[in-house]
Amino acid sequence: MSPREQPAVPPAEARRAPDFRSYYGRPILKRPTWKNPDVPVYLFAGGLAGASAVLAELAAATGRPGLARTARLGAAGGALAGAGLLVHDLGRPARFLNMLRMLKITSPLSVGSWILAPFSGLTTAAAAAELTGVAPALGRVAGVGAAALGGPMTTYTAVLLSDTAVPAWHDAYRELPVVFAASAVSAAGGLGLLGAGAGENAPAARLGAGGAAVELAASAVLERRLGEIGAKYSTGRAGRWMAAARALSAAGMVGALTGRGQRRVAAVSGLALLAGSLALRFGVFHAGMASAADPRDTIVPQRRRLDAARPAGTEPGPQPSPTRGVTTT
Amino acid sequence: MSFTLDERLSAPLMDPAAEAGYAEHPPRMGFFTDTSVCIGCKACEVACKEWNAIPEGGLDLTGMSYDNSVGLGASTWRHVAFVEQATPNRDAVDLGMPSVPQGALQDDRELRWLMASDVCKHCTHAACLDVCPTGSLFRTEFGTVVVQEDICNGCGYCVPACPYGVIDLRPGDGRAWKCTLCYDRLGAGLEPACAKACPTDSIQYGPLDELRDRAAERVDALHEAGAEQARLYGHDPADGVGGDGAFFLLLDEPEVYGLPPDPVVTTRDLPAMWRRAAVAAAGTVAAVAAAFLGCRR
Repeated sequence: MSPREQPAVPPAEARRAPDFRSYYGRPILKRPTWKNPDVPVYLFAGGLAGASAVLAELAAATGRPGLARTARLGAAGGALAGAGLLVHDLGRPARFLNMLRMLKITSPLSVGSWILAPFSGLTTAAAAAELTGVAPALGRVAGVGAAALGGPMTTYTAVLLSDTAVPAWHDAYRELPVVFAASAVSAAGGLGLLGAGAGENAPAARLGAGGAAVELAASAVLERRLGEIGAKYSTGRAGRWMAAARALSAAGMVGALTGRGQRRVAAVSGLALLAGSLALRFGVFHAGMASAADPRDTIVPQRRRLDAARPAGTEPGPQPSPTRGVTTT
Repeated sequence: MSFTLDERLSAPLMDPAAEAGYAEHPPRMGFFTDTSVCIGCKACEVACKEWNAIPEGGLDLTGMSYDNSVGLGASTWRHVAFVEQATPNRDAVDLGMPSVPQGALQDDRELRWLMASDVCKHCTHAACLDVCPTGSLFRTEFGTVVVQEDICNGCGYCVPACPYGVIDLRPGDGRAWKCTLCYDRLGAGLEPACAKACPTDSIQYGPLDELRDRAAERVDALHEAGAEQARLYGHDPADGVGGDGAFFLLLDEPEVYGLPPDPVVTTRDLPAMWRRAAVAAAGTVAAVAAAFLGCRR
């Protein structure tokens, strides 16, 4: 065939027929409207702030002023950044105060707002006292209050994602709080390594390494337990972020354990731990986005559940073969 | 009246309006959409747009049969699905009429056209309402679920919470929108605009109890007439969302129409999620404390 005679339409490729039925291959769920990078960075900042608030008070109580100062600034910075990102993510940012219109236990975002609002106020007060030296006693009280809210700050965001119809987020509700808590602890340890001197950074190094180890283990368990749905965490954009998170957290863990005495190694390890925690949040975010966009994640497990529940001998009759209405992938 | 946690979250619940706090209220109202008589005229889509003054949601030629509104969304509160299927030919009587070659269709197959008008399901256990942090989404006295647009701050939590992919944020507006089951018309004793406009009574509006009885009779009649594929969808108070306020009679599996086969309200698992999160939060504090234990300066 001469080049001029080539068909205008490329020959149809043999495509694998999908093993499930759908409406033109379209997703069932709506694409989450949460913005990128607002929401993944908010997840990271909130976690970092929560664990840092706890770290700050224990560092202050055990006579480590450098570590306490770093953690207090990290807690306030993370909380304020998180609150700012959350407001920016709203469709109507001017109405952000409506978040505090009621306290609703069935809405993780309502509960989270009631954790985040006092937490950011308290951490800001503690950090202001730290920086200015004004009213140190009040700053201390604020810091202890923030530390009390620090634990919930690290895990409510896991419930926020899991309490959706998105299979990769919902089905992960068992592991996700542990993954997020560990990621938060690892980030707070990383920030401590970055900001505190070698004389004070031993708890931060332990925390960073321990957090990273649990983060690696728990996210591996999550991926494996979710089976087919778990593949959303290992493929595509999410897969690349998760791989980066693994590499960074593992490197930070090794650096924190072996080189915390050297200022430069400690700082680089701290940065790696922080970056690993951030990458993990992006990975989890994108896994959910991919899962919501894939009709297979929604349809196949539900269809399997229905078929398993159907009494034996009541198989459906012959199914019409669609000419249209089902697309191949 | 008191309700158990299970009843409030996911178990069968007879009276969602009472659960929402209405001491006295009218019967629960809903839709029964009988897709076996839908002719795909889209009068429901148009009537809905007109009555609710919904802006246009973009014009696309999708190539999906006659469906160019694609699915429910912030600016599409009724959506007519069109599915073209080849089914085994059921011994059609030969009328001796001239025939047209049917392309890829073989002689033993005939074309079946499924049309269905989709709408918000007004779930008994509505995840969108559960997760709304502002209280913008609320349960009406009719047992339906409605967004108050003067309160919604566009957080978007309802969007991924809906197991049916119904509610969405409207670009440029920023707030969440969906079918209100014409709350304004119901209060005045009128039926919703889509049901009013439907020329074949495919969309039927009424007290949910009556609609469920009528639907059961209809599906029996269709089975007797040989349409074994007829089945109800969303009618069962024991399903994963406690039954839908808007349910359907379908002629094929739900997923063929773009409906989830067995949706479950996500908040069913919320108590377990909070427990896990509380334990993990305690773990955070314990881990930080442990890092200081035995640490020499």
